[in-house]
Amino acid sequence: MSLVGYLLLAAALFCIGIYGLLTRRNAIGILLSVELMANAVNINLVAFAAAHGDHLGQVFALFSTAITVAEVAVGLALVILVFRSRRSVLVDELGELKG
Amino acid sequence: MNEADWVAQLGFALVGVGLVFSATRVVTSDNLVRSVLWLAVTLCATAVLFLMLSAPFMASIQLMLYTGGVITLMLFGVMLTNREAGVVVANERNSPKRAAALAISVFAVFAAAIIGSRDALPTRPLDATAVTTAVLGQSFLTDHLLAFEVLSVLLLAAMIGAVVLARRRDFGEPSGRRVKKKTAADPGAEA
Repeated sequence: MSLVGYLLLAAALFCIGIYGLLTRRNAIGILLSVELMANAVNINLVAFAAAHGDHLGQVFALFSTAITVAEVAVGLALVILVFRSRRSVLVDELGELKG
Repeated sequence: MNEADWVAQLGFALVGVGLVFSATRVVTSDNLVRSVLWLAVTLCATAVLFLMLSAPFMASIQLMLYTGGVITLMLFGVMLTNREAGVVVANERNSPKRAAALAISVFAVFAAAIIGSRDALPTRPLDATAVTTAVLGQSFLTDHLLAFEVLSVLLLAAMIGAVVLARRRDFGEPSGRRVKKKTAADPGAEA
């Protein structure tokens, strides 16, 4: 399969992630959508690494994987904190800073 | 087109359809627990994609870190922030039409850009050079040593940060002092 197929597939995944990011009301659902988008980026990195016959793209993808996992841990801790103070994780109920 | 090409294309089509279907289920499922489990399917399909791109180490990391770690973490998050008993967690959505329109138009821009620059993309066969773990490890410990060490500091910071944030009540205060204060103010608490 050519590189174009992988790039289109990753773009489709990224856009599904955008859709989820915009429609989910639950903060954990939003985190899931961010995961989808990060995953699409990783597919692009590895596909380009393979297309150039160079391992640097994979090194970059491994770094981004580790950072994403750290982000999920801190993000979930924040969600749990919000739940503890508000008894809810629906993001449209968190509107105090709204102008 | 020879037979190996045909099989590779069929495999890519199958994995691609599975990937898009499971990702769609992640963002449209009405039950948050199901969303998380569909995300596990998506991440496994991505691992297969990495194998097809001759990146076996990436594929195993994907399975261990994402499917093993992140999904477990997400399930814990769902269970901890859920007031209802049972595994049915409401997961409603708002304004799906406008969001779908935006997502589709963004995809159209991406697709136009990718197809427009098709001739400029490298045309090497994608499974020509398998990147072994040895090559990656050497790269981490020679050329990218600084980034690697900074990453370990980041992971430590994330770990400590997550523990501090999610700790119960005594936020920003050593827990020992608080316990002492409580028993001093209310001597009958221990009884």
